[in-house]
Amino acid sequence: MKMKTILAAGAMSVAAIAANNAHAGAVLDGIKAKGFVQCGVNTGLPGFSAANAEGKWEGLDVDVCRAAAAALLGDAEKVQYTPMTAAQRFTALQSGEIDILSRNTTWTLTRDAKLGLTFGGVNYYDGQGFLVPKSLGVTHATELDGATVCVEPGTTTELNLADYFRAKGMSFEPVVIENINETTAAFFAGRCDVYTTDASGLASVRQTMAPNPDDYVILPEIISKEPLGPAVAQGDDQWADLVRWSLMAMIEAEELGVNSGNVDDMKKSENPGIQRLLGVSPGMGEALGVDEEWAYRIIKQVGNYGESYKANVTAKLGLERGLNALWTDGGLQYAIPVR
Amino acid sequence: MSKTQQAPGGVRSKGLADYLNDENVRAVIYQIIAIGLVILAGWYLVSNTLDNLERQNISTGYGFLNLEASFGISESMIDYTPRSSYATALMVGLLNTVKVAFLGIVLCTIIGTIFGVARLSSNWIVRKLATVYVETFRNIPVLLQLFFWYAIIPGAFPAARNALQPLPDVLLTNRGMYIPVPVADNAYDFMGIAAILAFVVIYFVKKWAAKRLDATGQPFPIFWASVGILVGFVLIAYIAGGAPTEMDIPELKGFNIRGGYNISPEFMSVLIGLTIYTSTYVAEVVRSGIQAVPNGQWEAADSLGLKRSVSLRKIILPQSMRVAIPPLTNQYLNLTKNSSLAVAVGYPDLVSVSNTTMNQTGQAIEAISIYMAVYLGLSLITSLFMNWFNKKMALVER
Repeated sequence: MKMKTILAAGAMSVAAIAANNAHAGAVLDGIKAKGFVQCGVNTGLPGFSAANAEGKWEGLDVDVCRAAAAALLGDAEKVQYTPMTAAQRFTALQSGEIDILSRNTTWTLTRDAKLGLTFGGVNYYDGQGFLVPKSLGVTHATELDGATVCVEPGTTTELNLADYFRAKGMSFEPVVIENINETTAAFFAGRCDVYTTDASGLASVRQTMAPNPDDYVILPEIISKEPLGPAVAQGDDQWADLVRWSLMAMIEAEELGVNSGNVDDMKKSENPGIQRLLGVSPGMGEALGVDEEWAYRIIKQVGNYGESYKANVTAKLGLERGLNALWTDGGLQYAIPVR
Repeated sequence: MSKTQQAPGGVRSKGLADYLNDENVRAVIYQIIAIGLVILAGWYLVSNTLDNLERQNISTGYGFLNLEASFGISESMIDYTPRSSYATALMVGLLNTVKVAFLGIVLCTIIGTIFGVARLSSNWIVRKLATVYVETFRNIPVLLQLFFWYAIIPGAFPAARNALQPLPDVLLTNRGMYIPVPVADNAYDFMGIAAILAFVVIYFVKKWAAKRLDATGQPFPIFWASVGILVGFVLIAYIAGGAPTEMDIPELKGFNIRGGYNISPEFMSVLIGLTIYTSTYVAEVVRSGIQAVPNGQWEAADSLGLKRSVSLRKIILPQSMRVAIPPLTNQYLNLTKNSSLAVAVGYPDLVSVSNTTMNQTGQAIEAISIYMAVYLGLSLITSLFMNWFNKKMALVER
């Protein structure tokens, strides 16, 4: 990691020279010039971003990058992935090593205001929880006084953990390891009593990395709000808009009942909302600085939000929609109007 | 030097061309140009970085050091809670780095010397074993070795409930080793002061003994006398302080062991990994140092009837030191710098804490500048000390 950070810092200085005469739109121009989107993803969190058996990246977070590539470059496959640890991600984005960070990252005030990031919406509403071995005999987070807790460094999780134990007057001992695979290995080796991260991450780790998932239980307490979403570096509003609206298009498509299977037929729909989204009545693409088929390609190549959720989160982790259902179904996913 | 032609009627005055042809003048000009370029490049990088940070709305400066860190750190030599400031957190990291580097240097010197000497042993098995040890651990990247130890240590021992007890009140678990420690008492402070006093006294006794040896030729058992002085002083302080006996004994409470002193698996992995890796290089340094001492020194010692071990200790090793100290310094610096790999196995060293700080605050450049300055400082201190030591050890020509 040390090397990576230093390299990133070095890259920062080099990027500083390269970007000297930069104007707003440099990132977007850069992506067009190189012909692909450089996407920072988790080093391996099945359901959100993980390489499958063929080495192809897939997941809910990966789909955001694919959608942006489909909108801008016309092809959802024109994405290169850089796996990042929690500690590397912001420096990589600031330095221009990646164009978009889609790595279950919580949107917070300090990150938005101080780190030079712009968040492009929320693609997963989450909250922090605790995973413990059943043999520990613990049923509530309030019984965790004195526990040893495995946690990833540089995360909001790490801060919430300290806040929660402080608020409850309990003590804990953190074990902080850079790489998520090492962290979970330490947990399953018994180095820690508790593993903490966002509830979706816990489900993913329990389902896919535990020697026997049934030996572990996720405690009922959710101790924080974790709105996860894609982020881009501040300074290129046009690119930020494109990422934001790529995500919105996916959610809007689900609301309107447009999916990858029926999108061609839907072009003939009389619904003005669908006509605007699919570029039948023009204007939206022009406003974003891309062609009018941008949303059509996203839906055709990546699918709508519900499809992506089902294929990744439900299929791999068995997590129901919950907070991530559409607002019309009692959830929080609410597309800003595409008009 | 430029040649000046002797013109009739006097010395021709030097023109600009003559100055430019003057090697010394040119050297100065080159230096000025070089320095100018360095400054220019530095200014360019700094000002552009600042511009870019401002454009991206990333705040700069060291003000964040006073903010509340709000994250936990597992082991600390000073008081630290999530309520403490980032500055305190970084200090915790620095002290952890110094702790592991210092212990590592001491241990790798001892182990390295043993294996270095063993590689020259006349005993075939000892010699071969030492060779295997050195060649194995020298040729595996140190990061892999850290992962290796970190996989072994938590995996090899049972959970807290079934802790092994190799010695009374010493517990071995996958959470590390717990040892009983005395409960804090004034007497221990007195003992510390007494130990320092003892070293001062020993210093003077040593001087006196050397003088006496020069004057009368009578040797003085300085080693045992020193041990006696040290133990005596400390013991007197202990009794004078009221001879406290209360111990903090580790016990299973809830699902963790409370009390005692915990040596964490992270710390053990880093210490063992760094020590073993560096000790192989130290062994090679020691071996080459010994081999650099002319064989005549062995023969001379033999002819005096000295035992092999005495010749090694009194004649060969002191001379080999002169060869060994400069490369040894390098190994100490390497060990200190390699301790930054601790981040990979979760030991909260300076880099680990800085990385967390950097990510929570977004102050990448500041955090990196801090740890670069600290490693530079640590390296310079080590170098200065070793240079002083080297001078002291250097052959004094009479």
